[in-house]
Amino acid sequence: MHPLFITNYTLSSALGHGKDATRAALLQGRSGLRANDFSDAPLDTFIGRVDGVEDISLPQSLERFDCRNNRLAQLALEQDGFATAVAAAREKYGARRIAVILGTSTSGIQATEHAYRNRDPASGALPTSFHFATTQSMNSVAEFVRHYLDLGGPAFVISTACSSSAKVFASAARLLQTGLCDVAVVGGVDSLCAMTLYGFNSLQLVSPEPCRPCDQDRKGISIGEGAGFFLLEKTPLPNPLPQAGEGANVKGACFDLEAGPLALLGYGESSDAYHMSTPHPEGLGAALAMQKALAAANLQPTEIDYINMHGTSSRSNDSAEDQGMQRVFGTATPCSSTKGATGHTLGAAGAVEAAIACICLESGLIPGSCNTRTLDPELSCAIQLQTVSRPLRRVMSNSFGFGGNNCSLIFGVSS
Amino acid sequence: MITVHVAGIGLCGPGMADWATGRAVLRGETPYDGELPKPAATILPPAERRRCGPATRIALQVAQEAMTQADFPPTQAAVVFASSDADGENLHHILESLAQPEHEVSPTRFHNSVHNAAAGYWNIATGARTPANSLAAFDASFAAGLLEATVQAVAENIPVLLVVFDLPFPSPLNEGRPIVAPFSAALLLTPQATATSMARLQISLGTEQADNAMDRAELEALRNGNPAARALPLLQAIANGQEQRLGLVCGVISLTIEVEKA
Repeated sequence: MHPLFITNYTLSSALGHGKDATRAALLQGRSGLRANDFSDAPLDTFIGRVDGVEDISLPQSLERFDCRNNRLAQLALEQDGFATAVAAAREKYGARRIAVILGTSTSGIQATEHAYRNRDPASGALPTSFHFATTQSMNSVAEFVRHYLDLGGPAFVISTACSSSAKVFASAARLLQTGLCDVAVVGGVDSLCAMTLYGFNSLQLVSPEPCRPCDQDRKGISIGEGAGFFLLEKTPLPNPLPQAGEGANVKGACFDLEAGPLALLGYGESSDAYHMSTPHPEGLGAALAMQKALAAANLQPTEIDYINMHGTSSRSNDSAEDQGMQRVFGTATPCSSTKGATGHTLGAAGAVEAAIACICLESGLIPGSCNTRTLDPELSCAIQLQTVSRPLRRVMSNSFGFGGNNCSLIFGVSS
Repeated sequence: MITVHVAGIGLCGPGMADWATGRAVLRGETPYDGELPKPAATILPPAERRRCGPATRIALQVAQEAMTQADFPPTQAAVVFASSDADGENLHHILESLAQPEHEVSPTRFHNSVHNAAAGYWNIATGARTPANSLAAFDASFAAGLLEATVQAVAENIPVLLVVFDLPFPSPLNEGRPIVAPFSAALLLTPQATATSMARLQISLGTEQADNAMDRAELEALRNGNPAARALPLLQAIANGQEQRLGLVCGVISLTIEVEKA
């Protein structure tokens, strides 16, 4: 595929708001997980909660979209000059030439959970303040973001569980390749809710302690929330320069021509065809996604400098992924999971970890697997426990979801 | 403008138990009786058929029909499932459980709650390890799915099976999102013409134009009453072998579909 240029990106997670906070936490090896204080689901576990979501107010004209998921989306859009960069792209290309493709797994379901607790005792009706289309419905976040950024291109949600916001890159790359759109805003948003906490708990996958990906004593996952957004363009030309004094030094602008522009170099999608909630034990589907991403980027396995694993910290995922990576890469390529730092942000994990991959490329760092103390001796890949600084040219990010839905992405500095 | 060919069609909705029946109804050769379909989804192994919900069953029924019609192995096509909100009945049961003091969620209900459950069951049933997608765009879900599937077929030069489905919600969710009847349709789209090609579609993005309406009131009520049934005007054009230009609203823009004979 032709590289697709990333002319701005941002993320917000339990590590903080925006890239600088995330980079600092990764360098320190700090985890953002905390003892569960999410009152909708008081389980004995640790969560990756984003601070300040409750304090966000949506614009009055978009009040009907108000729910935790869209508040988190707005919080993230306002970091790193992202919304400003989109406005510049809108001026340059026109609103209708910009698509919005976002991943989420549970949309604004918290609003519906609350509505079900407040049904009319006589009729069973939901409260009149509940708006299905703009909160619960799966497309809510794409429609909210399209309105918030004043865009007019096609807007839709991809919802393939925990690979959702990795697959948005593949869909955007294809759409731009056909010439039907010039630019895409892609990303993912998923927020804490009772359904995922109690749901993963019913599968006995929720860890009572902060998750420890690939650790021999790992006890399951830590649920998190997060959002990541990317501005993808076909051409590497920067937007027209801002007027004097108008954000020429917009914090977070990542267009560093000396280093070469950041780009999506390849993507690979596959299915396990095995089980709804358990990955293929030998990682066959995962390996296929990684192979396809390498083929799309026209790269050899040795040309990948670091793999950001899906690494959920469940016994089955980490083992299957290790075997999948071995099939494609052997055991020498440095890899790690950042879910010990952010928690598993589910439908947002693809975008959050794509942003982490880009931070690693820009800052020259390989993050250690946070919270992991003793590697599971049954795993063979080069899983990094300590954060190290090292120049990187190409990073792979893996995302695997329920239904056996896999996506691998390769990011790099385009030459 | 991008071009794909329709190699197979599956259909399951009121008064239209399969494409052969539906084609006759859409051509005006058979009256529309509105009888609700009972999709068997025989492609699912019995254990999976018991575990999955009605949304997955209707989606897999039409997926299977389109592939069989084109005599096409499922392992060779990518799939794009599109639905406004997938399995509303399952969602309702989970929300009811969460509103109880015990908060007990059934593990099967939880894994069936993902929007891509139908895609996952399809891959398990067929053994296909090809890419599988699951899209949502509220009332524009068919438009978004058609755009994604067409773009994928052309950009990757592979056959793509598009499956669109939506079902009525139980109360009280149906009050906020009324869907009149279950409806599902599948189109097997190929980048080049095949022996079974029924139509050629040329798709572009343009300014917003109203969707084409159905000529008969009962079919227009279905088109308006189920987001997946926004596929009806395209299916009717193919059934009639008509050359027709159709609009399909996709947010503030529209897909323009030029339907041509194969």
